[in-house]
Parts: sequence; C-alpha cells; structure tokens
Amino acid sequence: MPRWLAHLIVVALFAAGIALAFWRVGYAWNWAGVWDYRQKFVQGWLTTVGLSLAALVASIAIGGGAAFMLRSRRPLVEAAARTYVELIRGTPLLVQLLIGFYVVASAVGLENRYVVGVAVLALFSGAYMAEIIRGGLDAIPKAQLDSARAIGLTPDQTLRLVVLPQAVRIVLPAVAGQLVSLIKDSSLLSVIAISEFTLAAQEVNSFTYSTLESYLPLAAGYLALTLPLAAVSRWLERRFRYEAA
Amino acid sequence: MKLDVRDLVQRFTTPAAAGRPATTATVLDGLNLATGDITALVLVGPSGGGKSTLLRILAGLDLPAAGSVAFDDEPLPHDEAGLRRYRRTVGTVFQAYNLFPHLTAMDNLLLPLVNVHGLSPAAAADRVREPLDRFRLTEHAHKRPAELSGGQKQRIAILRALVIQPRRLFLDEPTSALDPEMRSEVLEMIGELRAAGTQFVLVTHEMAFARRVADEVAFIADGRVLAHDRSLPFFTAQPHPRVRAFLAGALAS
Repeated sequence: MPRWLAHLIVVALFAAGIALAFWRVGYAWNWAGVWDYRQKFVQGWLTTVGLSLAALVASIAIGGGAAFMLRSRRPLVEAAARTYVELIRGTPLLVQLLIGFYVVASAVGLENRYVVGVAVLALFSGAYMAEIIRGGLDAIPKAQLDSARAIGLTPDQTLRLVVLPQAVRIVLPAVAGQLVSLIKDSSLLSVIAISEFTLAAQEVNSFTYSTLESYLPLAAGYLALTLPLAAVSRWLERRFRYEAA
Repeated sequence: MKLDVRDLVQRFTTPAAAGRPATTATVLDGLNLATGDITALVLVGPSGGGKSTLLRILAGLDLPAAGSVAFDDEPLPHDEAGLRRYRRTVGTVFQAYNLFPHLTAMDNLLLPLVNVHGLSPAAAADRVREPLDRFRLTEHAHKRPAELSGGQKQRIAILRALVIQPRRLFLDEPTSALDPEMRSEVLEMIGELRAAGTQFVLVTHEMAFARRVADEVAFIADGRVLAHDRSLPFFTAQPHPRVRAFLAGALAS
C-alpha cells in the first residue's frame, strides 16, 4: 500500500469517528453567526503567524547561545545558563508572561505588548532549545574534534565544517517538535491582551455563543501552521541523512 | 628525519568528583629518545605505557608538561597557534573515526586541501586524483564513511594525511580497530609508502610488520623508553628480558 493511501485511510477513519460523535450528540450548528466574524479570525491568524515567526527565529538564537554557555568551562557562565534553563523549564509560561509583562516590562518602561510577548515566548522556547542543541553538540565524538585539529582546522572552522553540519542533523527532529510547541504556546499571549488567533476565537465565542464553531477553526488554523512545519522538518531530515560512521 | 626527545613529561589530571579527590597520573616520566636520520620509527610496548601519548605530542596535538621535542634540530612550538601551523605540515592518522561521517570520502580528502591549505576545489580535486587511483580507492571516492569498510576508511584517512604533502606521518595504531582480513590492506599501503620514502612514526602491535618497515624501534613502558635500537638487532638480539618477553608474547599471539 502506498504511504499516501495509508495516510488518507487513517485520516478518513478519524474524521468519520469525530463526525459520528457530533451526530450522536445532536449538536445544532450555527456557522452563519461565526462567518460574520471571519475577518477577525484572519487578522488573529496573521498575528499568530507573525509572532510565531519572530519568536521562532529568536528562540533558536537564544537556544544556540545558551547551549554554548551550558558547555562553557567557566563556572559562572555555565551556572548562568543552567539557572536560566531550569528556571524557565520549571515554571508555567502563564506565570512568565504575567511577570514579564506586568513587572519586568513595566519596570523598564517597555510598553509594546507584542514585543514583550515575543520576547517572553522566545525566552521560554529558547530554554528547551538550549538543552536540545547542547545534546546535539555533545553527541559529536571527541575523536572527530581530534581529527579536525590534526588536519589543522581552527576552532571556528571545526565548528562550521565539522560540528554544526552533524549537530543540525541530530537536533533537527527535536527542534521541529519544539517549534510546533512554540506556535501552539503562542495562544497564551491572549492573557496579556495580544489579539492573536486564540483571543480572536474567544471573542467570537463571546459574541455568538457558538463555542465549537469558534474553536474548530482555531484547531484548523494551528494545523495549517504546524503540519507544513512538520513536512519541512521531514524533508530537511532526508536531506541531511547519512549513517553515523 | 632525526628525532630528539628530551626529559619528556606528561601528566593527566582527573578532576575531583563526589567523594573523590583529583588524581594525577604521570603517563610520560622523563622520556628520552634520540634517533639517527631515519625514514621510519616504530613505537611498540604494552597498552597504557605511553606510546600514544608520546605520538600525540610528536604530532603537535598535545603540549607536554615538561621536556622538549625536536625534529631535524627544529624544536616543536610551545603555543597552540604555533602547534596548529606545525600540524598543517604533518599528517596524523588515529586508530578509528578519522573521517567526518557527513562528508563523502572525496570531500574528506578535499576538506584540508581547500579549507586549510587554500587550494581551489578544482586544484584540490586534481591533487587527489592520482593518489586515489594509485591506492585503488577511486571507485569509493563518492561514498560516505558508513558505506566503506574499516580498511577502506583507514586507507582514505591515510590518503587525507598524505595529499597535503606532509613532511612526515604519525600513525597511531592504524590497524588495531580492524578485522584481521582488513589489516593487511592497510599495512600493505603503509609498506608502499615506506618503499616510496615517506617518513613516518608508527605506533603498532603488529610486530612482524614493525620489523619489516622500521629503521629503528623503541619499546615504551611506564612512560619511558626501555629499549631502542635499529630494527634488526632490536628483534633478533634484544638484551632486555622484559622486552624479549613482550616480543615473544606478541609474535606468538
């Protein structure tokens, strides 16, 4: 059986199951009321795309930097990165958002809630990214670094030509998974009144009292972002594939 | 090459961990070794005796704690930048994992030529064509290391060290990680290099091969040179009882 057919069958069965559940509950649909607010969904979705893209790039940069700090031989640098990672990973994003916006941002006079939102989201995701990237860097055998030194590569060249190409392949699936999480976690930005996708759905729900009609497009909208990301990740994985020697 | 090693000391410190103080092991304990002007020097001896540690210092990979090394009366540099320049003039092959797994055999060969020695990719490809052919590796050039046998990998690794036209090679047990049937192809390649006059320092447990290619042999144990002589007397008229016992055991196995 070809893979696309297998996927199609599984998706069709799953959709049939969900449809059956709705039919048994006898839910009275009211799509017309929600349709009037379609512009709100589009705006919210675009905001989510923008916020996610910005946080995505920033979280990879932060995670990469923190990964090298975690591997530092200087105790102070290592301790700073370790504290950051554990503090962020050990507390809820909701709390970080509230403290980040109402305390830290207010204290430094930063009023743009979108900038604060992206910053908190990037710092949150960056902590997970740091551990993923550190694991990838640690996975390069020491013998490879010896070989790189033996042929006379500088530390910079070793990083660029030997370590990173191999580490990228190792961390790619986990990084893609983390990016999917980041996109969904951006829904929490609604708590600091950023009118992103989830807040749009909440508002439409409060106007129309059509809960499912408001939230089902939400699910579809997030899938429209996360499924292509997963596909790109699989494509990149294939491109970087080679057996470890 | 004429090697002169004086009072070489190397120590390795294991950092302190939970409930255990830091420990320092002396791996080279004032080692002295002066050779004639020779082509091939072979280092033999028990595992953990200091052969590989000595070779790493000779290859410019590690700095010794004390002592000096000179090749042809030219002392080895004492700083990392100087050592890197030195490493670019010699070739080193380890026991295993020499090749970068994300690059094909060909790209492994080109990497130092292009990125360290500044050749254009075309000039580098020209440079490796003839050696690949001579060692019957052309058909494997497009393969990644995982697709190569252990013997092919080591031959590519030796070739990578060779195509930069080094002053000499350092070979650290190049056949120890290989199956017996693959050892011969690697040893044969080293034998061909020896016949062509390539200078090298070789650490090995292959005594029959050592006897065949070495000009001089040094037996290293407990961080010192216990015996050192020209190849023929080293193997046939060895006065040192411990070395004699080692050779008898190695040849019997």
